[in-house]
Order: sequence, then structure tokens, then C-alpha cells
Amino acid sequence: MRLVTHNMLQCHVRGCNVNNYPLQLSEVEIEIQETEFNSQFLRSMIRKLEWSALINSAREIGITTLPEVLPDDFDEDFLRNIHRVLLETHIQQGKMTCPNCNHVYLVRDGIPNMLLNESET
Amino acid sequence: MSRPEYQAPPELYYNDKEANKYTSNTRIQSIQAELTCRAIELLNLPENEPAFLLDIGCGSGLSGEILDEEGHFWVGIDIAPSMLQIALEREVEGDLFLQDAGHGLGFRPGTFDGAISISVLQWLCNADRKSHNPVTRLNRFFTTLYSSLRRGARAIFQFYPENDDQCELIMNVAMKCGFQGGLVVDYPNSKKAKKFFLCLFAGINGTESKPQMPKALGVGENEGDEPKTVNYSSERIQERNTKTKGNRKSIKDRDWILHKKGIARMRGKKGIPLDTKFTGRKRKSKF
Repeated sequence: MRLVTHNMLQCHVRGCNVNNYPLQLSEVEIEIQETEFNSQFLRSMIRKLEWSALINSAREIGITTLPEVLPDDFDEDFLRNIHRVLLETHIQQGKMTCPNCNHVYLVRDGIPNMLLNESET
Repeated sequence: MSRPEYQAPPELYYNDKEANKYTSNTRIQSIQAELTCRAIELLNLPENEPAFLLDIGCGSGLSGEILDEEGHFWVGIDIAPSMLQIALEREVEGDLFLQDAGHGLGFRPGTFDGAISISVLQWLCNADRKSHNPVTRLNRFFTTLYSSLRRGARAIFQFYPENDDQCELIMNVAMKCGFQGGLVVDYPNSKKAKKFFLCLFAGINGTESKPQMPKALGVGENEGDEPKTVNYSSERIQERNTKTKGNRKSIKDRDWILHKKGIARMRGKKGIPLDTKFTGRKRKSKF
């Protein structure tokens, strides 16, 4: 799972509606898979990102190359950097915990298990 | 038509064997590709702009590959682990999630520029467990989908409804959840090529006017256009048989007989009949 998708995730347990993202990452194994750089897509995605959440999740997996505040102007270096973090960093194994209801979603082989128990739906 | 959703719940039906069969079958591959292309066409995305799409029931990533080719980025969810395993082996580009659509989607509001789903909705209409209620599951699914789509985005579902009631049920739930839109039926007069597409609009973008329902293929002016369906493999075998049936030449024709008689004479055999104009001819039926 790419970090950009993680930034879009929230807990979907029934009734867990507030403070349900970002899912906290722990015991994470990451892998870098290179992909093509597409500045047009990045520019449209940056508008959708929750920047502070991204900074937090990046820190949880040991990435500290991102600026604290989203700059107004995106230059090439910034886009290359964010491309690396958002689209090439894959979470292969690990745990994602909802900050509100503490539901744990396990990630195995890059596939998060989002299935819920009967009582949570 | 066989309906796999009658046999077992999807996570059990698509086991390793069935998932493998599904992915390696070229007929299914081409049908999936065709349906996906049509779904993308119905999505009506702005041209030359990479979009962030959701593939509901992505399976082994057959439809995702088409999205890649179109230059879009996608996220796929599916409930069958075996299918996802195959998707991993095929190294698809999108992110995969093991998720039950009936439990709702866990994506932040406004995430996706569109959603597609090929042959999935009918599975949601089944109650595979005691606790399952199709209406509440559909409701939960459409509510969460609505919020995860950007305003003005579309969701296209290709599905095989069991009957009109099922169609109506799905549409009613979708409308209740805030979607606008309706059903597009391609080739309604053809039994084989008939395809149902549920086109849903998630609100209206401020600048756009009210969305128009897309036109179905094979209706009105286009009627009579032969739908481009995939040929059955059995038909190909029949074709081959008819070709060889009439044109097959007998080996034992006049030349063959003359050749054989010549060899016999060379070997000094006696009693070889003379070569006449009647040699190697068929007898009349009267004879």
C-alpha cells in the first residue's frame, strides 16, 4: 500500500466517526518500488492530502524529509521528494490502529485486511 | 447463464483454483477488458488528466490493468484473498485492500475522482450469513461510497441483475444515499450482448450543468449494429469441420489406380486389366 492511499484511509467501523484518521502505523516494514514521475497527478493529489496527517505517518515510519508546512509553490525538487514518499514508499507489513476506537488493521504482503467483525458493522 | 453467486459467498467461491481459472481464461479476460473500457467511457473523465479511481471488486486486477493503460492511478478492494494473491503475483500497479464492500468503505471524503465496478453488485444482494441484510449492506456501501467520491464524480457499476426487483432495489438504495443517475442498458435487444451499467453521479460540481445520462449502445440509430462480442470457442471448432467436409479428395483416384497397375505390370504380375477410359470411374447408380 502506498503512503498516498494510507493518507486517504479512515476507520470504517460503524459509529466511529470522529478523530478516525490517520490510522497509526506500527511495526512497519517498508519497501521502495520505483514508478514513473507524474507531476500533473501529484499536483492534483497534493490538494487532497491532509498534510499534518501525512507528516505524522511519515515520521512513524522514519521519513523526515518532508517540510513541516506545505509550501505555496511546488518546485521540481519538492515534487520529486513527495513523489518518493507518496507513490514509491510501500507499506508491506505492519499494523494500522484507529486513534479513536483502537481497531487494528493488519497489513500483510502490502494488502491491508479491512474486514470487520459482525459487531463492528 | 450460470450464476456463481448462488453457489457460495464470494470469498469462498473464488478460491485458489477458481481464481486461477478466472484470470487465465482468455474469454473472461477479453469480456472484462471490454466492460472496463465501456465503464471508463461512461465515467466521462476529463481527457489527458490522470485520475485517482476506485475499483470495487478488483479481483486479480484485470480491470486495473486497463486503468493503468489509460494512465490512471487506482485503488482496488476485493473480498477474495485468492484473487488478491494472484493480483500480487501479476504485479498490478494499484493498491489492494481485502475488504467487504457491504461493511462500507474507509476512505476520507472526496478522495476519488470516480469509481468502477465490474460484475460485483449482484453479489451484494445475497445474504450469505445470518447477520447479513442486503438492504442495510447496500445502504452502508452506497453511503460510504458517496462520501468518498469528489463532488461531480461518477460511479459506474456493471452488474448482472437477477430480475427487475433486484434492479429496483439497488437503484432505490443508491438514490436514498444521495446519488443521482440511472441505468444504461447496452444492446437491450440482444440476449448475449445485453449489459447493465448503473451510472451514479455523486452530486454536481458547481461549474457543471446537470449531468446528462449517457446513451446506451445498440439503441435507436445504432440499432442493428452488430455488437462486438467475443466468439465462443466451440464455434471455431464447428467452422473447421464444415471447411474440410465437402472439399476432401479421395486418395484412390484414377492416377493412383494407374500408378498401382503400372507397378504390378513392372513386377511381371499377370491378369492386370487394361487401362481404358472406364478405369477409375464410378459406376452408375443403376448398375
